[in-house]
Amino acid sequence: MYTPSHFTAVLLFALFTSVVFGITQRSETRAMIRYGLYCFCLFVLGTIAASWAMWLIKH
Amino acid sequence: MKVSPAKLIYSLEMSNAKATTKDSAAQPAAGSKPFSAGIILVAGWMIPGLGHLMQGKWIRAVLLFVSVTCMFALGLAMHGKIYSANTGELLEMLGFVGDLGNGILYVLSAFFGWGQNVVQVVTADYGTKFIVVAGLLNFVSAVDAHSLRLGRKS
Repeated sequence: MYTPSHFTAVLLFALFTSVVFGITQRSETRAMIRYGLYCFCLFVLGTIAASWAMWLIKH
Repeated sequence: MKVSPAKLIYSLEMSNAKATTKDSAAQPAAGSKPFSAGIILVAGWMIPGLGHLMQGKWIRAVLLFVSVTCMFALGLAMHGKIYSANTGELLEMLGFVGDLGNGILYVLSAFFGWGQNVVQVVTADYGTKFIVVAGLLNFVSAVDAHSLRLGRKS
């Protein structure tokens, strides 16, 4: 059984999802790469921000 | 009224040329797009990336195949749950629809009994989400291949 850490799971999820979003949501190669990177950063940074927000609510 | 032979020949040639142009505009060259949009949509759904491959976009096809298949395989490796059709709860039915997006991967998992029936550990819950999202991403890629075929996207 594969048991990744929470952060590894986030990175894997963001990677594969960003690849598909980049290819399907843009027409040109350069725009695809830029949009994929943008989605990846939003996924990872959004998760970290939400995690800190939940930590602050709890404390 | 007298018409010179040269003018007559010229007007005949022009009318023929117009007719040829009309015909070629109405019917694209045979063999340029061998698969219909519906076939590409279903192929892209059944096998991730196949819709793009059938249109010669092989780099996109490989990337989509690797992304969707890896997400599905990781979900199974985390002992994620595979939803079945016979459930009464709305969320389970939505999960089934998401899983169904995996196409042949879902058929194989149902045939070989892959995946868990009950989620027992935290990472298995992640695995369940990975499998559902892989299916939804495959739906998106199949629709993208369909749009490529119809010319809505380059």
